[in-house]
Amino acid sequence: MNAVAEHASPVAGVSRIGGRLELDGLRRSFGAYNALAGIDIAIEPGEFIALLGPSGCGKSTALNCIAGLLELTGGEIRLGGRRIDQLEPEKRGFGMVFQSYALFPHMSVRKNVGFGLAMQGIKGPEAEKRIRDALAMVRLESQADKLPGQLSGGQQQRVAIARAIVIRPPIVLMDEPLSNLDAKLRLEMRAEIRAIHDQIGSTTIYVTHDQDEALSLADRIVVMSQGHIQQVGTPEELYQRPVNLTVADFMGFRTRMPGRIVSVTGGEAEIEVDGSRFRGLARESLQVGQSAVLAIRPEDLVASATGPGIAATVVSIEYRGRAFFGLARTAAGAELYFRADEPLSRGSAAYLSPAPGRALIFRDDAA
Amino acid sequence: MSAPSLRSRLAAQGIDGTTLLLLPGLIFILALFIYPFAFGVIDSLRPKDGGAWYANYAKFFGDPYQYGTIAATLWLALPVTIVNLALAVPIAFRVRLMHRQRLLTTILVLPITLGTVFVADGLLTFLGPRGWFNHVLMLLGILHEPLKLTNNYWGVFASLLITGFPFAFLLTLSYVSGIDPAIEQAAATLGAGARQRFQRIFLPLLVPGLAVTFCLSFVQAYAVFPSAVLLGAPAGPTRVISIAAYQAAFEQYDHSMGSAIALVMGGVELVVVVLILALRSLFYRGPAGGTKG
Amino acid sequence: MIRDKGLASKLWRFAIWAVAGLFVLNLAGVIAVVIINSFATRWLGTWLPAGWTTRWYFDAWSEFQLSDVVLVTFEIVFTVTILSGLLGVVTAYALARRDFPGKKIVVLLFLLPLLIPTLTYGIPLATVLYQFGLGGTFWGVVLINLVPSFPFVVLVMIPFIEQIDPRIEAAARVFGAGTTSLFVRILLPLLLPGMLAALLLVLVRALAMFELTFLVAGPTTQTLVVSLYYAVFASGVRAAQSIDAMAVVYMVTTLFWLVIALQFVNPTQIVTRAKQQSAH
Repeated sequence: MNAVAEHASPVAGVSRIGGRLELDGLRRSFGAYNALAGIDIAIEPGEFIALLGPSGCGKSTALNCIAGLLELTGGEIRLGGRRIDQLEPEKRGFGMVFQSYALFPHMSVRKNVGFGLAMQGIKGPEAEKRIRDALAMVRLESQADKLPGQLSGGQQQRVAIARAIVIRPPIVLMDEPLSNLDAKLRLEMRAEIRAIHDQIGSTTIYVTHDQDEALSLADRIVVMSQGHIQQVGTPEELYQRPVNLTVADFMGFRTRMPGRIVSVTGGEAEIEVDGSRFRGLARESLQVGQSAVLAIRPEDLVASATGPGIAATVVSIEYRGRAFFGLARTAAGAELYFRADEPLSRGSAAYLSPAPGRALIFRDDAA
Repeated sequence: MSAPSLRSRLAAQGIDGTTLLLLPGLIFILALFIYPFAFGVIDSLRPKDGGAWYANYAKFFGDPYQYGTIAATLWLALPVTIVNLALAVPIAFRVRLMHRQRLLTTILVLPITLGTVFVADGLLTFLGPRGWFNHVLMLLGILHEPLKLTNNYWGVFASLLITGFPFAFLLTLSYVSGIDPAIEQAAATLGAGARQRFQRIFLPLLVPGLAVTFCLSFVQAYAVFPSAVLLGAPAGPTRVISIAAYQAAFEQYDHSMGSAIALVMGGVELVVVVLILALRSLFYRGPAGGTKG
Repeated sequence: MIRDKGLASKLWRFAIWAVAGLFVLNLAGVIAVVIINSFATRWLGTWLPAGWTTRWYFDAWSEFQLSDVVLVTFEIVFTVTILSGLLGVVTAYALARRDFPGKKIVVLLFLLPLLIPTLTYGIPLATVLYQFGLGGTFWGVVLINLVPSFPFVVLVMIPFIEQIDPRIEAAARVFGAGTTSLFVRILLPLLLPGMLAALLLVLVRALAMFELTFLVAGPTTQTLVVSLYYAVFASGVRAAQSIDAMAVVYMVTTLFWLVIALQFVNPTQIVTRAKQQSAH
């Protein structure tokens, strides 16, 4: 945690102050298109925040606005109470890791990592030591004299991370840093990124479209869609209690059964789907008689060859280690993703019942 | 060794029916480029008026009216190329940020397509003592009497600017747009201001491309011929080397001497190009488009 | 896309746009004076001519025998385009699809005519053509124009053919296509866009190719640009307006093909091919 203490050393013209990052009514439009339609969020120092959403949801736009690479069309950004949205990117002092790495192809790894230090006027043994430490942190000491083109994708991304953290930025911005790596490397780097974050103590804002990445890395996740924040919460909150269908969809609630509310009691509701009734947690205010959707994860919808439950026909089934997962279709045509402990055969009848307390009930926006 | 094995051995070397498609083109180049070129070299060594094999070259380098054309050509081509590049780089840097470049690039491709003869014809009127150019400058009070801009060095200079700048600009633009914008953004987030980004990131990445642009622009300016005759003073300061070669071969009907001067012309150009490319090799030469694996 | 603020960068930006604007303005001026003069009754030292007329076009048409010149120009340019297209595509196909010893030398051979100054090889080549009795003839002009045009097609087409997956041809063979139907039904449609672009570029370049045509053209085989050169060279013999009328005719024919070409290629491509060549 030494690094945090040293943030205090101010360099002329560059914001070295850490502190709370506040986005206040952040707007950005491209012509008539609103990429960001008013984003409000406060990020505490040292937090690891993931911006999660499908492509085009505005998450990268938000990141570029924070970095100063895009000008705002409305709203404010404050860091430690000071407005920074008018500052040029080079005056903000943030570290940024790009999806394409964006290493300087004509500079050695050492020069790449040292670039930010050189810009701050840090030279000599001090710079050398910090470059060495940063390279050690990403385990690339032996590659210091190579050009980026001579490194593998994973190594290049490590250089990019070292280059961003060596300047000891109050905030590190990461724009889908793992999306160009293969699956195995992605898992390794994920763990490394979190370890580096914990070590340097900077705030990290991490953009991704991969909910696994967001869930495993972040302290808090910001789910975005169409330029709006849908939900902010810890991974558990989002995983267990998505506030609406958009977030639920992103959190793996694959099965959706449209029905009608038959009763509402406290936080729970009862919904009738194809003649069967199920209880579930009401995530939005619901009224009796309203059309609604029951959403559930495949692992919480258990199928068996005998009732009770929703009758359906098995369309496909596959073995995935401990259990079987498959897709079944009801007579009405609804598609249900389920788990089964026994090998149901394709075309056979199955009865599906949601695990108690796992089903969520949302308003049916389509209806 | 039987025939099939020969065929398969050739195929393994990459020589088969498809490779033979190369033959017509190869024969054409050998007959119309390599043979005439070799012929020119030998022809230049057999002077029309007899004498030693190097007599043509000795004559050229012994006569200031002839060897002076090298300096005259370089004195035109080098400054023009430098001006063209000096204008092309900053403008390309601005235009790279534009969303609609097509209108500008289309306008600029016009003088390249129309060629030097047309441009020379237009400039004769435009830059003439009573042309629009002098007219406007006198109206603005910058001049009191018209400048003489045709039938001298400046007329040729202007024509090389009009056709050469767009060429240098379009090439530079394609190099500049080839650099991954994220690289500049990365430099900015690391604290590099506009000037530092240019000096430390763009310039080193662009040097190889700029060297090629310089060479190609120079080659064009160096080969100046019609505009040097039409807009310049072809007996005086703009008697460039191509005029000397043409006159020897087609006005004095001494094709031996003409070939000799043409080869000197190619040789001088080669020296300049090699010098520039040698300078370039001191810089980074890899891809500038980013390091994405 | 980082926009800088501040006075210095504003001034700098203004200066750059001013220079670019001045250039375009002068360029427009050069083209405009040619057009205006060609319609002028008399134009001496004033902003605009004293009066307007179209008679110079009729004069130029008969004085310079433009109907013959235009016809010859198109005959030459189209012959050059078609021949360099045929020869170029076949050669480019072999070079794109096969690796063989000495390939680098062959490629260099095709590069040379584009790198060596035109007059350096033009003068010996013209001498040879005259010795073979081809000087001043239609085929002499076509042959000398083919020397830079045909390698140009080769170099444009090599990358284009390389990006066509050879497995497409293999697949067609598997499905029973013979050589002819492979060519007609598979290769030709795939090659057509690239060929069209390459040939249009060659066409535009051949129309404007002065030096080489100039060296071998005879009285009956002058293209428009060579006639224009002689007319400007001997200006004073004919009325300047008449020469400019011919220049406009030349401009219109060239721009007609340029406009068509620009439907298929980017303006930068007209010069950037040269960049790729020298990148080897």
